Amino acid sequence: MTTQRFARALPDIFQYVFLGIAAFLSIFPFIWMLIGATNKNNDIIQGRLSIGSSLQDNIASFLTKVDLPLVMWNSIKIAIIGTAITMLVSSLAGYGFEMFRSKWRERIYSAILLTLMVPFAALMIPLFKMMGWGGLINTHTAVILPGIASAFIIFYFRQASKAFPTELRDAAKMDGLKEWQIFFYIYVPVMRSTYAAAFVIVFMLNWNNYLWPLIVLQSNETKTITLVISSLASSYTPNFGEVMIGVILATLPTLFVFFVMQRQFVQGMLGSVK
Amino acid sequence: METARPGGLKRYYDVNEWLFVGPALALIALFMLYPIAYSLYLSAFSGKGMMVKFAGFGNIIRLTKDPVFITALTNTITFFVIQVPIMITLALILASLLNNPRLKFSGFFRTAIFLPCVSSLVAYSVLFKSMFALDGVVNSALETIGIISEPISWFTEPFWAKTLIIIALTWRWTGYNMIFYLAALQNIDRSIYEAARIDGVPAWARFVYITVPMLKPVILFTTVISTIGTIQLFDEVYNLSAEGKGGPADSTLTLSLYIYNLTFRYMPSFGYAATVSYVIVVLVALLSLLQFYVARERR
Repeated sequence: MTTQRFARALPDIFQYVFLGIAAFLSIFPFIWMLIGATNKNNDIIQGRLSIGSSLQDNIASFLTKVDLPLVMWNSIKIAIIGTAITMLVSSLAGYGFEMFRSKWRERIYSAILLTLMVPFAALMIPLFKMMGWGGLINTHTAVILPGIASAFIIFYFRQASKAFPTELRDAAKMDGLKEWQIFFYIYVPVMRSTYAAAFVIVFMLNWNNYLWPLIVLQSNETKTITLVISSLASSYTPNFGEVMIGVILATLPTLFVFFVMQRQFVQGMLGSVK
Repeated sequence: METARPGGLKRYYDVNEWLFVGPALALIALFMLYPIAYSLYLSAFSGKGMMVKFAGFGNIIRLTKDPVFITALTNTITFFVIQVPIMITLALILASLLNNPRLKFSGFFRTAIFLPCVSSLVAYSVLFKSMFALDGVVNSALETIGIISEPISWFTEPFWAKTLIIIALTWRWTGYNMIFYLAALQNIDRSIYEAARIDGVPAWARFVYITVPMLKPVILFTTVISTIGTIQLFDEVYNLSAEGKGGPADSTLTLSLYIYNLTFRYMPSFGYAATVSYVIVVLVALLSLLQFYVARERR
């Protein structure tokens, strides 16, 4: 009897073991990052798993190499401004494509969706040259500009706009509101959860952006936290204690956004398959 | 098709309507369509720096004779041919386990497995670089368990360097794909599974004959985006190889990294680099077409 019950429970136990290992492996690097920040470089590369006493030394040596307020300011500025403009432009377009349909606009919309397949690698050389002509190399404008009109976010807003009640728009028109007033005074407040989800996704993309800033931002005064970690870690003899401080600083904002807005986060990621 | 607008305000509305989509269209034209056309134009020129001359198809011929390009292409294809199936299978298994309504702590498991998606590509690459050091935490763990007897040299042996990239990619993206499958699984009627269970269909068969076919559209979608992502692989290989060069011995050099090297590390040869970038465009287009074709065929 007991062996039978055990045999029946066996697949269950296996499930938990499998999920437990997966969960552990997924979380471990985050724990490693926190432990590493308290250890010396030598201890980190020798895999020390206990909390050390070098946190202050690591922070101090990180601060001597990195102008932290400037770097964080650069990252935050790019992420916030980039995200705000992207959401405005893309939601206007998503609204426009959904509300006013015409044969031409549908064709253009399909063409926009095709651009989802264009890899960034194919754009980076021409974009770099264009930024050179515009005198924008080494500016944050150059980082933000190419990402603003995102086919993915336009698609996301158009899909979400299908849920926007047309009666609201008709009633507002009856009251004599102009189309832009309907958009800003009715659509935006009604669709705020859509905006929240889009914010999370676009903010993450901007905050974590790497290849394009690496190309365009060449002086230390303009660099973002992502670029700083990368250059600290790629030196001949990286001090991983310092690197960990940078990794924590780069990861905290996205972790925070994730835990505060988990529902919107997942909703935003799934936005494209609905 | 709804084309006509009511009332005499048609003209006014037409202008207004284009104003909504106008800014996005202008930006896409400027930062997407123009660059891709310009890139095609560039690919017809050869030479470095200021010494540039028209080459026609010369760059394409050069591609076939360039051993570094061949290596980068082979590496890129190796990465997605091996990594994408591993990750998709793992994500499917995890999603179907988590979809079990009687599973305890499913919220915890889901959040934990999804957590890697929150980390930036650079941050996690750097973390992995410290974890996979010769005497590092991963090697000592593997030695303790008894899987290996000597530490693996993850950064100097080509095979292990490639393996490390595959491990890293799988860590970062499995949870992301899993979330798509979980959402899709919730739309499948539970009673199908119950009926199969009552008929004595074992769990693996329910997975193979119910879950996988039902999720085919989502699996296709995630395979396409994962493949496109892997073809463009850059952040990880740049940050996990010494000095970002794609070593050891070019074993982790990808097409994107090669384009970067050609353009920004040495004397820029924009024309040739643009030609390599078109290889990525063609690869992405071909694979997307192929995957959609395969899915349509079986339907």
